[in-house]
Amino acid sequence: MDDIPPYPPIDPTTFDLIVIGTGLPESIIAAASSTASKSVLHLDPNPFYGSHFSSLPLADLPSFLSSHSTSPSPPRSPSSDDPNEFSLLEFATRPLYSSIDISTFSPNLLDQHSRKFNLDVAGPRVFFCADKSIELLLRTGTNQYMEFKSVDATFVGDNKGNLWSVPDSRAAIFKDKSLGLVEKNKLMRFFKLVQGHLAGEQDIKISEEDLQSPFVDFLNKMGLPPKIKSFILYAIAMADYDQEDTGVCRDLLKTKDGIDQLALYNASIGRFQNASGAFLYPIYGQGELSQAFCRRAAVKGCLYVLRMPVTALLVDKDTGCYKGVRLASGQDIFSQKLILDPTFKVTLPSGSSPPLPLKEKLPFFSLKDDKGKIARGICITKTSLKPDISNFLVVYPPRSLFPEQVTSIRLLQIASNLAVCLPGMFVLYISALCNDDDQGKKLIHAVMNTLLTVPLDSESNAAVQSETAENGSAVQDETSESSSGGPSDSGEEKPTLLWSALYSQELTLGQVDFICSTPMPDGKLNYNDLIDTTFKIFQEIYPGEEFFPETSLENPEGDGDASPET
Amino acid sequence: MHGRPRKAPKPEDEAASSAKAQKLRALQTQFFTFHHNKIYTKEAVELSAKLLEINPESYTAWNYRKLAVEHYLNLPDCNPDSIKSVLDDELRVVENALRQNFKSYGAWHHRKWVLSKGHSSIDNELRLLDKFQKADSRNFHAWNYRRYVAESMKRSEQDELKYAEDMIYTNFSNYSAWHNRSVLLSALFEKKAGGFLLKEKVLPEEYEFIHQAIFTDPDDQSGWFYHLWLLDQTVTTDSPLLASSWPGHGSDVLLVGDRCYNGSAFSPFSALHSDSGSFPIVLYFNQPVGGVNSSTVTVECGFNKNEDLFWKPLSASNSQTARVWVAHLKVPSSDLHSTVEVSVGHSKGIISTRGFVYSHPSMFSFKVHVQPMERDSSQVSVAENISLREENFKVYGTQSEESIIDSFDQLIIKNGHETTASNWRFEALAKEIECFRELLSLVDCKIGKLTLARLLKAYDAMSYPFANKLVHSEEVLELYSDLMKLDPTHYQFYKDEHSIVLLQKVTSSKESLLQHCFQYKDSASSAICDPICLRLNNLSLSRMGAFEKLLWVQMLDLSHNELQSIEGLEAMQLLSCLSLRNNKLRSLTALEPLRKLKSLRILDISYNQIGDQSIDTTRYVCSSPLSHSVGSELNRDETVTSDVALINNWEAFFIFKDFNLNQLDIVGNTIADEKFKSVLVKIMPKLKQLDGKLLD
Repeated sequence: MDDIPPYPPIDPTTFDLIVIGTGLPESIIAAASSTASKSVLHLDPNPFYGSHFSSLPLADLPSFLSSHSTSPSPPRSPSSDDPNEFSLLEFATRPLYSSIDISTFSPNLLDQHSRKFNLDVAGPRVFFCADKSIELLLRTGTNQYMEFKSVDATFVGDNKGNLWSVPDSRAAIFKDKSLGLVEKNKLMRFFKLVQGHLAGEQDIKISEEDLQSPFVDFLNKMGLPPKIKSFILYAIAMADYDQEDTGVCRDLLKTKDGIDQLALYNASIGRFQNASGAFLYPIYGQGELSQAFCRRAAVKGCLYVLRMPVTALLVDKDTGCYKGVRLASGQDIFSQKLILDPTFKVTLPSGSSPPLPLKEKLPFFSLKDDKGKIARGICITKTSLKPDISNFLVVYPPRSLFPEQVTSIRLLQIASNLAVCLPGMFVLYISALCNDDDQGKKLIHAVMNTLLTVPLDSESNAAVQSETAENGSAVQDETSESSSGGPSDSGEEKPTLLWSALYSQELTLGQVDFICSTPMPDGKLNYNDLIDTTFKIFQEIYPGEEFFPETSLENPEGDGDASPET
Repeated sequence: MHGRPRKAPKPEDEAASSAKAQKLRALQTQFFTFHHNKIYTKEAVELSAKLLEINPESYTAWNYRKLAVEHYLNLPDCNPDSIKSVLDDELRVVENALRQNFKSYGAWHHRKWVLSKGHSSIDNELRLLDKFQKADSRNFHAWNYRRYVAESMKRSEQDELKYAEDMIYTNFSNYSAWHNRSVLLSALFEKKAGGFLLKEKVLPEEYEFIHQAIFTDPDDQSGWFYHLWLLDQTVTTDSPLLASSWPGHGSDVLLVGDRCYNGSAFSPFSALHSDSGSFPIVLYFNQPVGGVNSSTVTVECGFNKNEDLFWKPLSASNSQTARVWVAHLKVPSSDLHSTVEVSVGHSKGIISTRGFVYSHPSMFSFKVHVQPMERDSSQVSVAENISLREENFKVYGTQSEESIIDSFDQLIIKNGHETTASNWRFEALAKEIECFRELLSLVDCKIGKLTLARLLKAYDAMSYPFANKLVHSEEVLELYSDLMKLDPTHYQFYKDEHSIVLLQKVTSSKESLLQHCFQYKDSASSAICDPICLRLNNLSLSRMGAFEKLLWVQMLDLSHNELQSIEGLEAMQLLSCLSLRNNKLRSLTALEPLRKLKSLRILDISYNQIGDQSIDTTRYVCSSPLSHSVGSELNRDETVTSDVALINNWEAFFIFKDFNLNQLDIVGNTIADEKFKSVLVKIMPKLKQLDGKLLD
């Protein structure tokens, strides 16, 4: 990546829209704008698609993270004003990841096969079979570029390492072994109430007063026991913060929203015949999604240039208005509108004051997001956390691991049948919202310690911990076995950790101004909120244009069937 | 396919269907030409395939194909390869037809027929079934066929059980899957192969399993049906048992020639007036049995040879099985004090309708005292006139209650054998009761109430021999009353159940029964000792029950109830006087049980609804019109065919001709006009009194 190839000049030099970064929001906007017959130039300094939404080979992930963790480089020499009519505002990168912690316990095993891994930077993330992103894929025909498989189950975990299946349907309630008869009855009646309410049945209507009250209060009112409440709040409605502690809860769910979440979940189960659970995951990882929208945009005439850093913003000297960007190649490209990846920020040269109109608009760039952080972890193992099932979600509700845990921690296990890792291996994505890096680390570690055996010797020690290749996987592995010094007191074998990456990510929101900036991956499990934000940004830059009008569906192969291949 | 709303046909659909009909008609005409001329050429057979593909319901076409197959198989140049190809063709045609309509009886039947030829591989059938059952997991045709295939393949019940379980896990609203489970388990119980298959081990697990379905969704009916089957498996003992008898063990029977007897040492409960020189022995089993005869039941006494005894089943149908069996023991007309011993089932041969052998031999004995007739002329001339009027009844005296009603307890046969073995049944029922009380505390659910009522009733019935009382009867009655209000559609069903429980409660103890026993005392009567009348009037009964406790009754007052049927009353062989006044009997056939009561002399059926409906619907509930006893002798009886009035009232003829009534009240029924009464007099020449009027 270091030696930048010679840049061929870009022609034409004027576009309706320049999009920098190929993260999901940028890609969708590029596709939507191209569909609306705008001329679009889509640039990415990286040699791959997806930016902060990408799926990367094992070896590339740490370097990607660390390249976005350095504090902004101070603006180089005050931008010498060009002889022309523009002032240059240099781009700086903002640190988006911190506390990056990579541990390798099986270097030989993994290094040789780095490219066999597609690790999501923004995991864990899934599609609900009935959510907006799937609708968008179907509507735009983008689904033809992707293949999906079902995430087969959801579990709720506890601090003893147990995984309880979430009774999320009538059949699941019937089958469930952990619920008592009374609990089953109460839960099913609650589901029926919600279904009846959503179906608009006359005699089962949830009152407006209840709809506006906190969801947790409504669940209490329905007499649901704590265990079921926890299932509904955190494993079905996917609430992030402890709903029963208003002191720490930042996203107190209203009944109305809770019921919408249940409706989404319910509509997701059984939507596609070969998806047994509520969720889908794309083969080759989540990075496929951004790439699929880029392909969609390219079909509509969007011009793509990767490995193309952008150095500065061109603004009108007099008005302070945006005019274009200067590329690393030195070429200046002009456009009406600009969409910026959250990586970048515009720095004003110290001492110099920007033109007045610009000054008024700048605070938006320097605005520090007050949304806190999200701690993420990626672990690689050779055994599934649960036998006989490979792709599933685990939720640790607040306080389920330790008393100070105020947010839910989600874990997604994806197996090699989704082409994200070597055959026979499993990738675990873990995330939790947190206030700071230390808190985040504690949350991720709590899950890892509960579920995994973390070898004592890390890469720093010469001794390489590796598992006995009992499953005869395709992996050639020089096994220099050392006695497993891990905790052997627990009766059943926990999967041994082979590799892990822990990091904290800033939660920057998208911003709309004379220059628009897209959001970072959020703390949600799906893309719904991101798509909403993206839609708003699109509306802002092209108020009169329709966001993927229905008529745009004209691809011959797209038959509107997104059913995942299995 | 289930769960698909029916849509009104669109105009283009109608056009399509009329075009289809036209095409079908043409095909059919051609097909019939081939069929009638027995043409089995390739072209002809293909035409039938085409017809079946469009209309799989065409039975004739299936039969034609069977004939065609037979034709080919009988060709001289027939070899194994050609047989296989002919049969494979058939399987393909069936498969295509099933794709068109996989609920086609004809198609499934044809497939079975082809397979029964034994030339086709059966393994393929399971694969086909998996496909069909995936498309509609509740299709009972597929499940039926699956049982056939599993049996032919000798697939183990355990494998099939696993399959049914998987289907249930996919969606437990599946009657067929639950039903299949019950069929498989029944087969395993019957085989009794291995300890796994013991009912007491399997049933509790099954209860646990079905609870998951019932609690998850009490509104779903399929689970409840399976629960009902489990309850039946829990309650019903395999081997039939003798529940009660008359006379009871250790009792004294006094036979008198007339209504007066001396010797007050005997209670009026055991005194029996007999003018036929015989008395009945009644055996009451807990379930219908067959094979009761003089070799399976031996009666030893000094005055009668066992071989001479003829045991008759007492049931409404002509079948040779019944819960109640009767034999008449002849007594000499001289003074007699003798002991009679009855042994039941010491030699095998009594078998329940479900195929289980009576395996707990029992024995009972009683004493017979005969007081010969001392009929004087004055009593013969005065016709007996029993009038069940209020003033003629006296609450049965408290004097010597104990000794009097001993015979009541003696009726019941104690069965000690089952007590240890049935502990698990008690436990299972107790657990179920607790479970459904909990369910009802969560939801208000009709079928839950009904199930609880059934459970409590079963529990009471099971514990009665030990507890001697029905602990839960009040609660059960309340549940049924509740259900009558909640579920008016099934009012009559709950009412019937309520009646039976009420009767069981009344007959459950000496004290409660005595409250219904009255002394009949007619001021005009010269009798020294008055007969006992059991009065179950004004109880709003819609059905009769508890017969096993009432075998001793000679006078029964059922007036002012809501009886529509008196089924089972045939068990009360000693009845001589019966009032059914003011009930809801709707037809003469409803009186059929009375034909079996040889001692019945006085009958009051006034103020019922006999004749209200011109068509007697009770006939339709018989399993077959031919199985019904009434009417079968019509052509053989010449007295009927020669009399127009009797032909027009043949129903009355067949009911009443067997009666030995002295006294009949029939006023207040639509049917009872003067003409009808004159017919009755003709049918029953012995009748002395009709609607209170003495006959010449």
